[in-house]
Amino acid sequence: QDRCGCVLMMLCDGVCVQAQKLLRERLCHQKLPDQPVGLDSQYKHLLELLRRTAVHGESNSVLIVGPRGSGKTMVRIHEHHFNAAPVAGLLQTDDKIALKEITRQLHLENVVGDKVFGSFAENLAFLLEALKKGDKSSSRPVLFVLDEFDLFAHHKNQTLLYNLLDVSQSAQTPVAVLGLTCRLDVLELLEKRVKSRFSHRQIHLFSSLSFAQYLDVVRAQLSLPPDFPDPKFSDEWNHSVTKLCEDKTVEEILRRNFNGSKDFRSLHSLLFLAVSRVSVSHSTLREADLIEAWRLISVDSKANVLHGLSILELCLIIAMKHLNDTYDGEPFNFQMVHNEFKKFIQRKSHSIHKFEKPVVMKAFEHLLQLELVRPVDSGVCKVQREYQLMRLMLEHGQVMEALQKYPQCPTDVKQWALSAFG
Amino acid sequence: MSRYITRLRMRRTYKWNGRPVGEDRKLKRKYYESMSISVEGKTEDATVSSGQYILIEGDDDDNPFVAQLHKLYTDDSGKKKTAVVQWFVRMCEVPQNKRKLLGRDPHPQEIFFYQDRSCDNEVDGETILGAVQIEYVPAENSFPEGKSKDILFVKLLWDTKSFKALDPELMQPPQSPKSPPPSSRGPQTRALPTPDLSVMKRAMSGTLTRGSMSTGKMNSSEAESLHSASKLSAAKALSAKRRSRASSGPHVRKKLDLCSPTKNVSRDDVLGEILDEHTEKTLTSKLNTSPTGRISISIRLTPLNLNEEERVFPLSSHSPDKPKLTAHDKDDATRARTPSRRKDSAALREPALAALAEEEHEDSPIQTAATPRSKRKSAQLVSSRIRKQLNVLGNKVDRLSDGDDDDDCFIPTKTDLQSSSDEEEEAKIDSEDELIVKKRRGSRTPRSTEKTRVTARTPRKTPIKKTAPATPRTPRHATPSIPSRSAPARKPGNVLEEARARLHVSSVPESLPCREQEFQDIYNFVESKVIDGTGGCMYISGVPGTGKTATVHEVVRSLQQSAEQDEIPHFHFIEINGMKMTDPHQAYVQILQKLTDQKATPDHAAALLEKRFSAPAPKKETTVLLVDELDLLWTRKQNVMYNLFDWPTRRNARLVVLTIANTMDLPERIMINRVASRLGLTRMSFQPYTFKQLQQIITSRLNRVKAFEEDALQLVSRKVAALSGDARRCLDICRRATEICEHSGSQKNGSGLVGMSHVMEALDEMFSSSYIAAIRCASVQEQLFLRAVIAEFRRLGLEEATFQQVFVQHQALCRVEGLQPVSVSEGLAVCQRLGSCRLLLLEGSRLDLFLRIRLNVSQDDVLYALKAD
Repeated sequence: QDRCGCVLMMLCDGVCVQAQKLLRERLCHQKLPDQPVGLDSQYKHLLELLRRTAVHGESNSVLIVGPRGSGKTMVRIHEHHFNAAPVAGLLQTDDKIALKEITRQLHLENVVGDKVFGSFAENLAFLLEALKKGDKSSSRPVLFVLDEFDLFAHHKNQTLLYNLLDVSQSAQTPVAVLGLTCRLDVLELLEKRVKSRFSHRQIHLFSSLSFAQYLDVVRAQLSLPPDFPDPKFSDEWNHSVTKLCEDKTVEEILRRNFNGSKDFRSLHSLLFLAVSRVSVSHSTLREADLIEAWRLISVDSKANVLHGLSILELCLIIAMKHLNDTYDGEPFNFQMVHNEFKKFIQRKSHSIHKFEKPVVMKAFEHLLQLELVRPVDSGVCKVQREYQLMRLMLEHGQVMEALQKYPQCPTDVKQWALSAFG
Repeated sequence: MSRYITRLRMRRTYKWNGRPVGEDRKLKRKYYESMSISVEGKTEDATVSSGQYILIEGDDDDNPFVAQLHKLYTDDSGKKKTAVVQWFVRMCEVPQNKRKLLGRDPHPQEIFFYQDRSCDNEVDGETILGAVQIEYVPAENSFPEGKSKDILFVKLLWDTKSFKALDPELMQPPQSPKSPPPSSRGPQTRALPTPDLSVMKRAMSGTLTRGSMSTGKMNSSEAESLHSASKLSAAKALSAKRRSRASSGPHVRKKLDLCSPTKNVSRDDVLGEILDEHTEKTLTSKLNTSPTGRISISIRLTPLNLNEEERVFPLSSHSPDKPKLTAHDKDDATRARTPSRRKDSAALREPALAALAEEEHEDSPIQTAATPRSKRKSAQLVSSRIRKQLNVLGNKVDRLSDGDDDDDCFIPTKTDLQSSSDEEEEAKIDSEDELIVKKRRGSRTPRSTEKTRVTARTPRKTPIKKTAPATPRTPRHATPSIPSRSAPARKPGNVLEEARARLHVSSVPESLPCREQEFQDIYNFVESKVIDGTGGCMYISGVPGTGKTATVHEVVRSLQQSAEQDEIPHFHFIEINGMKMTDPHQAYVQILQKLTDQKATPDHAAALLEKRFSAPAPKKETTVLLVDELDLLWTRKQNVMYNLFDWPTRRNARLVVLTIANTMDLPERIMINRVASRLGLTRMSFQPYTFKQLQQIITSRLNRVKAFEEDALQLVSRKVAALSGDARRCLDICRRATEICEHSGSQKNGSGLVGMSHVMEALDEMFSSSYIAAIRCASVQEQLFLRAVIAEFRRLGLEEATFQQVFVQHQALCRVEGLQPVSVSEGLAVCQRLGSCRLLLLEGSRLDLFLRIRLNVSQDDVLYALKAD
């Protein structure tokens, strides 16, 4: 019986790991759904446009504009129907590199192996010649996907854009030029003759997702597929997920996330953290996992830094906070901070150790290194370090929160921070 | 020994050989038989003489122009040496797009007989490099193997449109009877009866030497052929007389009038000259048939004969008399290019009557074309008879050198055909031809000896050929191409699809409506330059999408059409685009490549082009260069633009430069004075289209495809005209409207036409700003943040705030809305998201709390978008 149970445990363990792996893959690899959610009309519009290029050989140019994480890159699904040449503005940082990449992907005849030879000018002439030779009825349409389209607009003379759009407006090889960008004002970046050649078709991917739909997506993302090897486990799992989504706290967390941003990337990272907490000991997703995941995600980036500070450093920060309050955000220098600190020490000398000035200076420099304080004008080096003007890079609330959470913080220090006057 | 030097680095000096062989008093020219070229550092001088094939300095050092020298003369000052030539072209000189017409790979040593009326066939004598050997290969034969690399082969004829089989006759230099132009006839007729005594003597000695050189057998055959020829010629003379009488009809007269190089020759003069000519013809034919004809014949014919012989003995001392011949040839030459030019330029002077003039153009070539054709028939008849006779003769004379013989057999017919294809019919031609034949018989033996000399000479020439492969014109391995599609493209299925295809900017419209005036102006400009063989610049400006490039292309297309129909001389059109090159200096490379298919570095290309456009060597065709997006060719020194505008001003450049840019004041704004000055003041500005014009453009494009409601069209054109007047925009909107119509059509049954609502939707899509939609679809926190920004702006009374300030407002708003306050990190993320959409303008995020925020939308828009929510 023991052995049997052990095998069962292992089996169960295996299933759990398997499910976790599947979900993690889904969330981490950004495995795209077959159809985007809530963007049906835009999707159809684009599909129709590409179909016309593919079937009728009609050249088109279109911009897909949408905030980050709205599914712009999903058009890549259809690349295989075309001679596709995707280039990314962040990778191909100038026209020369972009041109080489395009040439390589189109497998033109000046590509040897995986390398493109020849100078920029030659490559450009070659590509243009190749595109010019084709015609509407006989050449295979070419799809140019320009990811981060706005970055291409910053290239010199916008040569690449001009040429691609010019091809799309002349009787050459049918092309579809697809620009992906998140900038709403991208057209203003284009030079007037480039702009004139662009067809001014823009597809906006603004998701008008409601929270109910959002919850559906969460459920779908967490559910195990019906072809999961262990149907019993998958049933159990899916049931727990449905229950989880109905939970009030979970719903509150999801709503907060939804309020923050509607894109699915932030959701994925939240769910990923939650799924990662699933283990053999508790093989279902519980609300505690999600709460913990949310805590990790929503934590303030500077809070952890503040936790690692010494009391002296914390005192300096409080002094700076007081200075900020007194002088309404005006910059300060070390001498002012030190004076403020000294006043506090004089009042509460019994609880805080008396520090020498060089020690305080050292602590201040540490804060400077952590960029919790930053010099106002880094260019001026002639001023002595003590008198260099600084700014505190922390919000009032951040300081107070850090104090609350700081382990074994002396009450005097806490009181000093809370008191209105230094 | 003739030999040529292709490298131009050497300095050459040119000297006439012997005394002038003739003189044209009217044109004040002295004709020479040959010229010697001495090269620095070489002891031997090269000699070129008429009839020989020569190399002429061109823009490509490795491939100099090839031609057959017809005449050499000097003007009265005696300084300028001029040569009249018949051009041959190499494959690399044939326009690239026409090369495919050959249908096979050209032989590396292959050249083509160049037949183009418009081509200037007078060259500066000092550009001659030396002699070259050319061999005629019959069209059906393959190229001989194992020959020296220096021999060029000619097989076909290139008449700027197609390759044709070359009649061997054309390879012969033209002779005196061939089309004597009336104007220069007068002095010649006077010159003929009283030939220069020395010339006579020389000619006699020429025959004598020849006689002494040929064997006895040869002599006898010569006599025989002479006999039979003279018999034949009697009959020919008669028929020719008849023909010449007929040809002096009124229309020939008109033609001659047009063709004469000097315009002020009155009709009467022409008539008189024709009559003169006629009497002379009869006179000569009489002479030919007379028993004493032998001497006169030999005098008159030696030149031609010697053309052949010159090749054999380039240094031979006997320079035959050829005053008459040269004079004729010369006129021939000038005439060859003058007629059309005169005609057209005359027509062009009345721009108001442009249409009329064009009609005239259409008429005239037909006339000229018709006449020679009819004559050719008779000429062919004659030539075939001669050929037959010659075959008999040739077989009789020498069976040993059969190949050689064949060559010779064709020669007379060649001259015959050539002359007959000309406009004038001559009485003496026939008789003369046969006599030439006879003469040639005599000269055949020396010719064969020449062959051996050729082989002896070859080693010396090889180095030149070695340089040939070193040309930068290395063949490209890669052919630029896009793979072809598996399934054929589908044709438009319904009215809307059809309309969409027609409305696509890429579809070439049948006509360019609303640009008639601009079209006419550019057309007139280019046409006049092409016809006059001069150069010039034109600057065309206009906002994008006003049809600048399209109009120029249309002009070039219609000019090319008329060039096809021989109404105007042929020209070479090349196009560069400032946007389609990576660097302004690449312009040189592209121009050079499109002109000559050479690849070179920018500096080298600039040097080659500079040479090409400034060298006095003749240009075969005018070059029309379109420079699109001129402003991008700007460099600090502006040397690219300077050169582009300077070349047309060169005397021999024959370059017409059309430049296109967007701004009207570009020359004043960016060009330095010397560049702007060379660009000149020929400017044209394309105004943005008005709504009526846009409407007309769409209507003409649709061309009775009923897909739009009238009102809808008007709305589009009015809207676009108000915004930019960009035709591309207009077409794109219409295209989008058809799509919208197609989609909505399936839902509700309308008229099937594109209506107002569809157009409105398309306009909205393209012109309305998307900011409001973006704000509406933003997440709750993003919307709150925008409100916080506005609240902070109002509080500060400024249009700018730091993140810290806005964040405080944001947190307050969160509390008001009953939401949990966000942390700084979250707030910053929200802020960055709005920044990446450009709803907010942000500084770099490393400023953290102190990054400054500005709105990229008006506050009202934000409030409107948020309120409606």
